[in-house]
Amino acid sequence: MKQLKILLVDDEEDLTSTMVERLGLRDFQVEAATSGIDALKRVSEGDFDVLVLDVKMPGIGGLQVMAEIKRQHLDLPVILLTGHGSAADAERGMKEGASDYLMKPIDIDTLVEKIRNAVQS
Amino acid sequence: MNTDSPSKPIPVSRSERDPKGGFHAHYRRLWLYSVCVTAFVSLTPLVIFTWVNFYQYRKALREEVIHPISRLASISRRFMDDFLEERRAALTYVARRESYEDLCDREKLSRTLMDMKESFGGFVDLGVIDSDGNQRSYAGPYELEGLNYKEQDWFEEVCVRGIHVSDVFRGYRNLPHFVVAVRQHDIENGNFYIVRATIDAEVLNSYISSLDLKPSSDVFLINRKGVLQTASRHNGAVLDQCPMAVPPFSSRTEVLETAGEKGEPGILAYAYIEHSPFIFVVLKHPEHVMESWLLVRSNILWFLGTSIVLIVVVILWSSTALVNRIRDADHRHDNTLHAIAYTNKMASIGRMAAGVAHEINNPLAIINENAGLLKDLVSIDDKPLERDRLLRMAEKVIRSVVRCSSITHRLLGFAKRMDPAIERFALGPLLEEILSFFGKETEYRRIAVNFDVPEDLPMVESDLGQLQQVFLNILSNAFAAVAEGGQVDISVEAVDENMVTVRIHDNGVGIPEEHIDHIFEPFFSTKGEYGTGLGLSITYGIVENLEGRIAVQSTVGEGTTFTVLLPIAMRR
Repeated sequence: MKQLKILLVDDEEDLTSTMVERLGLRDFQVEAATSGIDALKRVSEGDFDVLVLDVKMPGIGGLQVMAEIKRQHLDLPVILLTGHGSAADAERGMKEGASDYLMKPIDIDTLVEKIRNAVQS
Repeated sequence: MNTDSPSKPIPVSRSERDPKGGFHAHYRRLWLYSVCVTAFVSLTPLVIFTWVNFYQYRKALREEVIHPISRLASISRRFMDDFLEERRAALTYVARRESYEDLCDREKLSRTLMDMKESFGGFVDLGVIDSDGNQRSYAGPYELEGLNYKEQDWFEEVCVRGIHVSDVFRGYRNLPHFVVAVRQHDIENGNFYIVRATIDAEVLNSYISSLDLKPSSDVFLINRKGVLQTASRHNGAVLDQCPMAVPPFSSRTEVLETAGEKGEPGILAYAYIEHSPFIFVVLKHPEHVMESWLLVRSNILWFLGTSIVLIVVVILWSSTALVNRIRDADHRHDNTLHAIAYTNKMASIGRMAAGVAHEINNPLAIINENAGLLKDLVSIDDKPLERDRLLRMAEKVIRSVVRCSSITHRLLGFAKRMDPAIERFALGPLLEEILSFFGKETEYRRIAVNFDVPEDLPMVESDLGQLQQVFLNILSNAFAAVAEGGQVDISVEAVDENMVTVRIHDNGVGIPEEHIDHIFEPFFSTKGEYGTGLGLSITYGIVENLEGRIAVQSTVGEGTTFTVLLPIAMRR
């Protein structure tokens, strides 16, 4: 089975570094970006299977990154990460084309399941 | 945007004022003002009315006293005029009817004297004196024939004026009497002679006695030198010098006010008796003049005093009741406003709580992921645990816990300051603490925050909890007004040694001109169902209550500046 390549985007470096390790242990190839601009750059350069994207980020937020990806017609499933306060943003993201969303703090198994579902769909 | 009008401030709590003076002094001044104004309005007409009545009564009573005295003096004057005129006319008649020779006949003269005594009364004797002053004939109880009067003043006067009425004197008889003499020309020899009669002064006393005067009145005759011509009740016996000054001449009856021994007013009426040296005098003793007046004055003063006491008691009672009611109403008002302010602050905390929950989720997520990683390493990875890796994980967890802790402490620190308290603190840290609640928002929305607080800014003495509320409300509005990528400037400076000013400027949408005048009014809101309309109203009330001022300047499309002027130390 092909190892899935995931781009994890969150401005919390302590979070992304840990998640990179955990997803790595689950046989994913994970890269991390800490800003929206960095994420867009990585997406344009790399061949990712799934984008795990935090909604609230300084500068370009998760929804803007997703909109830009859609604008570039990149067929990339997006899973949004959000806190309780921005659940409405996540729901808005679903309407705008996100594959799924998860509330922080996340359950890693749920995230893995949602990643696989997103790739399969 | 919540908003409050400068013309209608809402003090958050009057009871928060300095209990040593401000609060109680406010109601004491209100009570004093109420008492003074009510007393002035109600007592002034009463005093004026009483004063006018006082003088009208006095005037009326004075007229009441003067009129009968004046009338008595006038009637008596006419009586005296008639009495003397009658005697003079009788003498003139005798002198004309009888020839000089007949008059010189003592027997005939005695018969004439008898006729006059019977007809007129008062005559004591009758004599005829020739032009050389020799007593030619005499009828009466004394032997006066042969006496010569040429050198006497009365003889000269009767020669010149044709008539003479003398002062009362005792003379040879040692009884008070006076003389009436008339001049008569002798047609036969062209010379003249004088018919002279003596009249007993007792007739004058009899007349005065017949007036049946009250003890308070004194009626008597004096001559032009002030010598009593009749006895006086209070001023001496006949021919004593009267202690009062001789009143000035007047051809009419006059009334004068005199002063008694203690300065109390008395009434003097007098009339000069024509063709005589007599002055008729009526004196009303001051004590009796004042008797009626003192009674009326006493009644008026009693009425005034009782009315004033009654009115003052009612004013004191009503003012106290009124101020108590106002104080109770203020107390209820203060409690309501405090409850509103409390609710507003709790609502602010509630709004912040959403942000805080989101902000706290990130460190929680980190803790969660690190705990999960630890579990993964134990359960999935067979490799031995690396010490450095574990330390890194622990540090991440600790950093996240510290983040959570600082967020909750900040929130608790804001929420716990609900009760009024005046303390000294620095404005810079206060503003920084409030700004920290907007930290993530500025980050996510790329809002530039410029914070300019001079290092030497003096500490202020104020209510920290209430100022948190003030700046949180203003900053909330500022951050809500700016668009993504906007700017909020906060600057603080000391205006002088007494005041500091805090300016919060945003480059947001601005406030329309038609809303500017209403933004501090209670329940004015442009947020629709999302705003209570109390935020800026409460802000205005708090600033006023803290002896500060708040102003707003705004231009649509350019932004808004709120300026809060605060005292470095509150007066109360």
